Amino acid sequence: MSNTPIDELDVHSSDLEAARHNVEAADAGAGAAVLDQSPESAARPGGRTHIMSMQQALNLALREILASDHKALVLGEDVGVLGGVFRITDGLQNEFGAERVFDTPLAESGILGMSVGLAMAGLHPIPEVQFDGFSYPAVNQIVCQLARMNYRSRGTLPMPVTLRVPSFGGIRAPELHGESLESLFAHVPGLKVVSPSSPHEAYHLLKYAASRPDPIIFMEPKSRYWQKGEVVFDDGVPNASVDGGGSAPVPGTVAGTPASVNLGSRVVRTGRHLTLIAWGAMVSRCQQVAELAAEDGIDVEVLDLRWLKPIDAEGLAASVGKTRRAVVVHEGPLTAGLGAEVAALVTERCFGSLKAPVERVTGFDVPYPSGDLEDEYIPNIDRILFGMQRVLEYRRG
Amino acid sequence: MTSPSDPHSDGQTGARKFEPTGEELRTLYKLMVAVRHLDTSAVAWQRQGLIPGYAPELGQEAAQVGSGYAVDLDRDFVFPTYREMGVARAMGVDMVGYMSTHKASWHGGLYDPVKSRMAPIQAVVAGSVLHAVGWAHGQKLAGLPAEKQGVAVSYFGDGASSQGDVHEAMNFAAVMKAPVVFFTQNNGWAISVPTARQVAGGSVAARAAGYGIPALQIDGNDVAAVVRAMRTALAHCRAGNGPMVIEAMTYRRGPHSTSDDPGRYRTLASESADAGIDPILMLRDRLLAEGLADQEFFAAALDSAKVEEEQIRAGVAGLAARPGSEMFDFVFQESTPALAGQAQRWREESEHV
Repeated sequence: MSNTPIDELDVHSSDLEAARHNVEAADAGAGAAVLDQSPESAARPGGRTHIMSMQQALNLALREILASDHKALVLGEDVGVLGGVFRITDGLQNEFGAERVFDTPLAESGILGMSVGLAMAGLHPIPEVQFDGFSYPAVNQIVCQLARMNYRSRGTLPMPVTLRVPSFGGIRAPELHGESLESLFAHVPGLKVVSPSSPHEAYHLLKYAASRPDPIIFMEPKSRYWQKGEVVFDDGVPNASVDGGGSAPVPGTVAGTPASVNLGSRVVRTGRHLTLIAWGAMVSRCQQVAELAAEDGIDVEVLDLRWLKPIDAEGLAASVGKTRRAVVVHEGPLTAGLGAEVAALVTERCFGSLKAPVERVTGFDVPYPSGDLEDEYIPNIDRILFGMQRVLEYRRG
Repeated sequence: MTSPSDPHSDGQTGARKFEPTGEELRTLYKLMVAVRHLDTSAVAWQRQGLIPGYAPELGQEAAQVGSGYAVDLDRDFVFPTYREMGVARAMGVDMVGYMSTHKASWHGGLYDPVKSRMAPIQAVVAGSVLHAVGWAHGQKLAGLPAEKQGVAVSYFGDGASSQGDVHEAMNFAAVMKAPVVFFTQNNGWAISVPTARQVAGGSVAARAAGYGIPALQIDGNDVAAVVRAMRTALAHCRAGNGPMVIEAMTYRRGPHSTSDDPGRYRTLASESADAGIDPILMLRDRLLAEGLADQEFFAAALDSAKVEEEQIRAGVAGLAARPGSEMFDFVFQESTPALAGQAQRWREESEHV
């Protein structure tokens, strides 16, 4: 490993080595919520806050959606009495009835095909597929029907469908219970894709997604369901579901805040030397990495991409244009992964100022491995630091 | 007609209240002749280069017209395949808009699906069967009074019945008691594969029993039987009894599409042996036997069909390509910056603006 100092930065690769040595200590506390909430959220003015898990935040969002939008429906496998295998829909059937929150037979194509028909009837279905890999039996309906009905009907049959997909790995689950489908869905014209990284984002993005007229794949990082974080409601209005009274906010908005706050990416940590770009569960991991690197004087910016389609190209350009170095981190396989799209967008917009090629730290081009090998597959702190090192030490020609 | 709980009713007995009247039979005849003439003309349009392709429904006029005619346009909703021209015509869909899909103007057709009560044309076999279930279940959830709740009519063929989505749809509909009529046109062929090698057991209707869904297997070439069956099924659904299956036994007298060559998989002799009675001739015989029509009526029906076809042909011929901007306009209700950027570049580089 080179000990060459990096030009224009007070950063040395030896610092990175030191940072990596710090990793073991951090990993020892794996699972601890090191940095759950974004500093920006906490700093939002006028914020009334609750500490809750992402599971609770999603549940709360669904309750508010069902309360305020009488066309909203929740359907899927075991979403009713059981409350979903991850308990995201816990209590909803009891509160809103078995007509609006209902179990379907065990068939994902049926769930999605039925959701298309429900939307054609003017309703706002929020289907759940129980695990990411169970989306595959529904791909025909998602790709050929859900994504195209608005187009096929020339806009007369919109598809206001929010498909919730417990996503990504990290929980030692069986085969096809931990897939990263974002590049597959992002490639399909007519779909939008979003993934929250924290309870705050989960609450607001789900409410926003459910209020939109287009089909949105909502990828929930299942490994983050149980970590708590601060959810900021800056509405100043008692929240119906949390406080047991008052009126629920309008879906998709935080009162006094434009709905557009839910669009685009979000800088969750500011830095000068390099931008780490991530989404879902990888955001908190990148925040951990940034803290470790900071101990060694490397000032890392972390960008939570949030929307995987449309990707916030301007947000990417603003961050990388400033730091001039970018590493994109995702759990899905490398080849034709979303990191390639990110790298292309950054290159198109920041080519002149980039100090190194955009680095990708990702899963491998292999089937998602069994639990014992999971940590070898998902980008870990070590691998992210190696990726950063390659960028920081890059020399032209 | 027998009770709808009999899965193998021939649709020939009982249920007199659903029998089409004499005046209705005359209307059905005119519709079937119009559809036959438009259908055979559309094949000619393709040969002449007016349209790039077409999926004929020759021989299925009774199944299509009879079923489409029974639909209540104020509340029901129809989910077609790519071979439902006769249904569309019977429902009064704008036929230039319908045929535009074969002009390659727009995949789903240019008619308004909401106003027409007919979903966009579906190119994927069995693609829309589940949509019918969702739409039908949505009728129950939307809080409409019973008399305003519609029935979803799902069209699919014997080939489509092999798709898993048909199983899922029937199971979902039966579990949820969704008001869906599953209307199968068993026309004997899925492109080149005959029903015997497509449908285990030989009958789609027989499968309904496994879902606890009543079914009717009817002579799909007898338009009166089709109307009776359809009215029976619609009444069954409207009464809150859940879905029903109709299997209309008919015959695809033409090729699968204008690109198909049936000579590679069946003989002319087998066609004439298997096709059964021509549905238009069957109705003509009945109208004559019952004194409901004469040669003058039949001639007038054909003349009217020719006038109609000329108007539709002129409309189709006059269809200019849609503006290229429409590629981008209908992807989303709320477009994205990336898509807007692509549209902008397309305008600059292709429209030179």
